[in-house]
Amino acid sequence: MDQLLALATVVPLLAAAAVSAAGPLLRARRRLLDAVAIGVAASVAVMLMVIMFRTVGGDQVYWFAGFRPSRGIAIGIDFEAGPLSAGLASLGAVLVTAAMTFSWRYFERVATYFHALMLIFLAGIVGFCLTGDIFDMFVWFELMGVAAYALTAYRPEERGPIQGALNFAITNSVGAYLSLSGIGLIYGRTGALNMAQIGEYIDRHPPNRLVVVAFLLIISGLLIKSAIVPFHFWLADAHAVAPTPVCVLFSGVMVELGLYGIARVYWSMFGQALGHRAGISHVFLALGVLTAVVGALFCFRERHIKRMLAFSTISHAGIFLTGIALLTPLGLAGTAVYVAGHGLVKAALFLCTGIILHRLGSVNETWLHGRGRPLRVTGVVFTLAGLGLADLPPFATFLGKGYIDTSAGTHAVPWTMAVFIVCGILTGGAVLRVAGGVFYGLGDAPSEDPGMAKAADEEKSETDSGRQRTPLTMIIPPAVLVVLAIVMGLLTPLGPAVQAAAIRFEDQAGYNATVLAGAHIAHPVAIAAAEPAGITAADVLTGAGCTAGALLLAFGALYWRRLPLLRRGYEPGAGLTAPLRRFQSGVVNDYVTWIVLGLACVGGVLAFIVQ
Amino acid sequence: MQYFPFVVVAWILGVGLYGIVTSRHLIHQIICLIVVQSSTYVLLLGVGYVTGAVAPYFYDVPVHTPAVDPIVQALALTDVVVEAAVTALLLSFAIQAHKKFGTLDPAELASLKG
Repeated sequence: MDQLLALATVVPLLAAAAVSAAGPLLRARRRLLDAVAIGVAASVAVMLMVIMFRTVGGDQVYWFAGFRPSRGIAIGIDFEAGPLSAGLASLGAVLVTAAMTFSWRYFERVATYFHALMLIFLAGIVGFCLTGDIFDMFVWFELMGVAAYALTAYRPEERGPIQGALNFAITNSVGAYLSLSGIGLIYGRTGALNMAQIGEYIDRHPPNRLVVVAFLLIISGLLIKSAIVPFHFWLADAHAVAPTPVCVLFSGVMVELGLYGIARVYWSMFGQALGHRAGISHVFLALGVLTAVVGALFCFRERHIKRMLAFSTISHAGIFLTGIALLTPLGLAGTAVYVAGHGLVKAALFLCTGIILHRLGSVNETWLHGRGRPLRVTGVVFTLAGLGLADLPPFATFLGKGYIDTSAGTHAVPWTMAVFIVCGILTGGAVLRVAGGVFYGLGDAPSEDPGMAKAADEEKSETDSGRQRTPLTMIIPPAVLVVLAIVMGLLTPLGPAVQAAAIRFEDQAGYNATVLAGAHIAHPVAIAAAEPAGITAADVLTGAGCTAGALLLAFGALYWRRLPLLRRGYEPGAGLTAPLRRFQSGVVNDYVTWIVLGLACVGGVLAFIVQ
Repeated sequence: MQYFPFVVVAWILGVGLYGIVTSRHLIHQIICLIVVQSSTYVLLLGVGYVTGAVAPYFYDVPVHTPAVDPIVQALALTDVVVEAAVTALLLSFAIQAHKKFGTLDPAELASLKG
């Protein structure tokens, strides 16, 4: 039954082709198209979950057209599914289902290509997660990318979407071509494109500088996709202008896919050959911490709700990279749980923002202050999701962060925990400030920033706003996603299962044997020492403390003007981020300059370490 | 192992990136992106090139004749397809930008800042 792996990409692709072919005939029957798209996305989600549960006992490999490896040499293209890759893909499928359900009433009129593009996006997510071939990975990456660029410019009659889509497309294409150059170099070195085969080759032959350069080039495209500082500029521009259901996918799963790609590339090909684990770990730790802090600062400063959530995604991408950078099974397991929890919670936040836009016609926090009072259910869901973003136990975000903290503590970098708490307080505080101000009218309206008001005003045409009631199809998806995030955090068997999966993910020899020799490996020998995995009282205290801090900060931000000691018109934190804001220029030329400079720095440091 | 093709690759990549960074015109910028991608064609074909070898089909030559690597050619072909899709999409954005806003300068087009 490994055909299921291939079906999970074939079904959405065929459905996308069918939808676009039948589109002109079905123009009058939009509901049929909606139903087909939702049905396909949901069935793909079910398939991937089946794969995920089936691979808990050992990874599955599917060789296209039956071209199995001959005498240990891969001649075909394979899909390789483990619980982590299938889990990430099923998160993507769940989010696509939620987003499509949400769009049922969100768009008054919708073009056929919206459905087709969403399904192609889904196929790209699944293919990228499951593929075992490095060039195939590039092709899925680009497929997903092209669908994403087109979805960003879904409303091409406005300035913002065109600018956002252009910045997104040019930066990510540059990244993809750099990755392709790396793939070409590694093929020249090893004569293989299968990741297991490449890993085996460079492990047996002493790695030279070419391997380091290839590694840097391959991960550069993935770093850009995962919005790691200083490659992150495109993300806020694209998120602010893409239709809200699309933002759900961008924040919930696309950014995380870039990080998954880095982890997959590192552990299936370069990990053992490059060596210097401590040095490489420190490079990525530094990048992760920098990203987490910069994203959190921008997030708290922002008044445009979609951009605020986008910066929070950047901050969380930094935390995920830090979790991966520990290079431990527990760190990776924590990241996996955190990605799932964050994806669900962030998707719920974006969907609630979509409801705000639909009902009230704006996403500007200042203007919205107090006007969201009639949206009671939305307010509750938004607040809950905000608490989840601030790592309140028992959300899955809390569980994941607890694991990362434990692993960091046992690997002599406990200070990352302090960084995480600060970032959690800032991002959670920003979202809870919106919740308190918009839905409950607490405190005073923040003072107006004319530049931001203009940016926030451009959303008018996205949805037909001014409706009197929130349709059920719009409020149920975010509510279900928040409940899922809580349920995931309460599942006790989840922790050990994810950890076992992470140990297998990091076991390069086991991966090679599974792919090339068809071995079945259920319990690999752990490469790193076992770590305490349980959630302790200290973890619960940290999570609760982080949430309390975020709540305090939110209340502070809403009420600080009533303090007699402070003068009016002073924005706390503005002085801190004002110099940083100049970098976010909106011009793609600057972004590509940052990419080149950033890569030069990362490459220089990597070359220095591996020498 | 010949180094010359790889020097050419680095050169094409460099001028393409320089073009993207300094460009003040979207069409020019998109063409610079194509230049960046062209470096990958040269790289792929350079990796698979074998001096004195034949094209990789064995219709009228003995089977063991040295041939250039057909896989990189397939990769380059896929790469061309990807490029066609991306370029077409980007050019359509540029046309929209010109139609609606009357400008093709990326700096003038920027409405979102900070």
